[in-house]
Amino acid sequence: MLADSDVETDDDEGRPDGDATTETERDSEPTTDPATDPPTDPPTDPTLAVSGLTKRYGETVALDGVDLAVGDGEFLAVVGPSGCGKSTLLRVLSGLEDRFEGDAAVGGVDVREGGSDAVGMVFQEPRLLAWADVRENVALGLPADVDRDDPAARDRVDELIETVGLGGFAESSPGELSGGMAQRVSLARGLAYEPEVLLLDEPFSALDRLTKREQQDHLLDVWAARGTTVAMVTHDVEEAAYLADRVAVLGAQPGTVETVVDVDAARPRDRTDEALLAARREITDALGL
Amino acid sequence: MATTRETGRTGAEAAAGLLPDADRFRWLLGLVVPAAIVVAWHLLVATGVFAAHQLPTPLRVVEALYGLSASGELWGHVAITVQRVFLGVLLGASVGVVLGTLTGLSGLAADLLDPLLQSLKNIPSLAWVPLFLLWFGIGEGAKVLLIAVGAFFPVYLNLSTGIGEVSEDLLEVAEVYDLGRVESLRRVVFPAAVPSLLVGIRGGVGLAWMFVVAAELIAASEGIGFLLSDGRVLARPDIIVGSVLLFAFLGNLSDLAVKEVKNRVVVR
Repeated sequence: MLADSDVETDDDEGRPDGDATTETERDSEPTTDPATDPPTDPPTDPTLAVSGLTKRYGETVALDGVDLAVGDGEFLAVVGPSGCGKSTLLRVLSGLEDRFEGDAAVGGVDVREGGSDAVGMVFQEPRLLAWADVRENVALGLPADVDRDDPAARDRVDELIETVGLGGFAESSPGELSGGMAQRVSLARGLAYEPEVLLLDEPFSALDRLTKREQQDHLLDVWAARGTTVAMVTHDVEEAAYLADRVAVLGAQPGTVETVVDVDAARPRDRTDEALLAARREITDALGL
Repeated sequence: MATTRETGRTGAEAAAGLLPDADRFRWLLGLVVPAAIVVAWHLLVATGVFAAHQLPTPLRVVEALYGLSASGELWGHVAITVQRVFLGVLLGASVGVVLGTLTGLSGLAADLLDPLLQSLKNIPSLAWVPLFLLWFGIGEGAKVLLIAVGAFFPVYLNLSTGIGEVSEDLLEVAEVYDLGRVESLRRVVFPAAVPSLLVGIRGGVGLAWMFVVAAELIAASEGIGFLLSDGRVLARPDIIVGSVLLFAFLGNLSDLAVKEVKNRVVVR
C-alpha cells in the first residue's frame, strides 16, 4: 500500500503540507521514534494476541486470517470500511462469538477458555438498564467477586462516576442523560470491571462532532490515568490517528489486516500535529480511499 | 371559548388563578357524558318511553342500593365478591408468573406448554362452569379456581413474551460482564419484563371480573353476581341495574389501582 502513496489522496481534511513532507515523515517512521513509545510492532508478550483469526457466518467470511498484537497499556485502533468485520473482531475478543478459527488470547488465555473474562466492552450504543440509576448501571460492571452492597464497592462506583465526569448524576436515570453522558456511563461500567483490555466499538459514532471531540479527550485522560490496554474500533480515520498508538487498517470483505500504522505523535497530542496528518494520510492510503 | 373571553376581560390576576384550576379539574370532563346519560335515562323513564318495571329511574336504583347498604346486606355481597376476585387473581397470577417465567426462559418448556396454553385461552369463561361444578362442587374453591383461570392467561402470555423479548443488546452486556445466570436474571431479565408483567396483571384483573360474574350467576348464595340474579328472580330491575353499576365501579377501581402501580414502577 505504501508504494501507492504518490497516488492522489482525497482525505476529507484540508492539508497544509505537501506530499514531500509526508513522504519523509513516513520514511522515518519504522526506524526512528520521536515519541515516548519504544519501537512497537509486534509487542513481545502482548496483552491481546490474535493470530490467524478467521470468522465465518455461514457462507460469508467476516474475518480472514487476522493477526494482531496489543501490548500492555497500549491504545490500538482498528479502522476499516463498513462491513469489514471490525465489530466481529471485538465480538470474538469479548467472548460473544465462541466459534471461530485461529487463536485469540487475552493475557495469554484463549478467549474461548475464559480469556474473555478479562475483557470489558463499550458498545456502539450505551446499552444501559433504563430502570436503574447511573450508580446501579456502573455497578453492573463490578467483577462478580465484589459484594455490591459493600460500602467500599459503592465508593469505587462513585469514584468512577466522578472519573467520567458525571459527579452529581449518580441517582439520575439513563433517560435523563444526553447521548454523550450515557456513553460515559457505559465507559464507567467498562472501567468498573477492571478489565485487562477495554474494547470500544465505535463508541462515539452517534455523537455530534463537538461532543465527539470532548469524549475523545476525556477517554484519553481516563486511559492515561488508569493505564488500561485499549482496543477501539472506528470508521473515523481522524479519530483513530488522534487517539491510538497504532492503527490497524482492515480491508473490505473479507476483513484482513492491510497494514498497521504507527502514530508517532507525542502526547498530549495536538489535533493539527504534522505526525497525525501523516498518519491519517497513511491510513487513508491503506484504506484505498 | 367562554373561559378565554372571560379571562381576557378580568385581566391577568384572574388568568393566573383560573388556568391552573382549569387543568386540575380537567378530569371532570369525563363525567359530563355519563351525567347527560343519567339525565336522559331519567327523562326517558319519567315520560314513559321505558316502562318502570323494565328500567327503573336512576333514583330508584340509588334508593335500592342505599336500602341494601343500610341493612348491611350489600356489604356482605361486595366483600365476598371482592374476596373471590382477590384470591382468584392471586392464584391465577402466581401460576401465570411461574409458567410464564418457565416458557419465557426455556425453549423446551415453551415448545411443550405454549401450544396447549395458547389453545386453552380461547375457551370462553362460561364453558368452564359446568365442568368446574362437576369437579369442585359449588363451594368457594370452584369459584376461586374459575376466576384464577381467567386471571392466569393474560399474566402468562404477557410475561412469557416479555421475558422472551428482553433486548439481545442487554443480554450481551450481561454476558460480557460475566454476570452469570442468576445475576443476569435478577438484574437484567426480570426487571426488563416487569412492564409486560404489569400489563398482564391488568388484563388478568379485568378478566377476573368477567369470570366472577360467570361463577356467581350460576352457583352462589351471596356475592354481587348472586344479587344480580336474585334481582331477576324477584323482578327487581333496580337491584339488577344497581348490581351492574357496582361491577362497573369495582372493576374500574381495581383497574385504576393496577394502573397506578404500573405508573409508579415502570420507568419510561
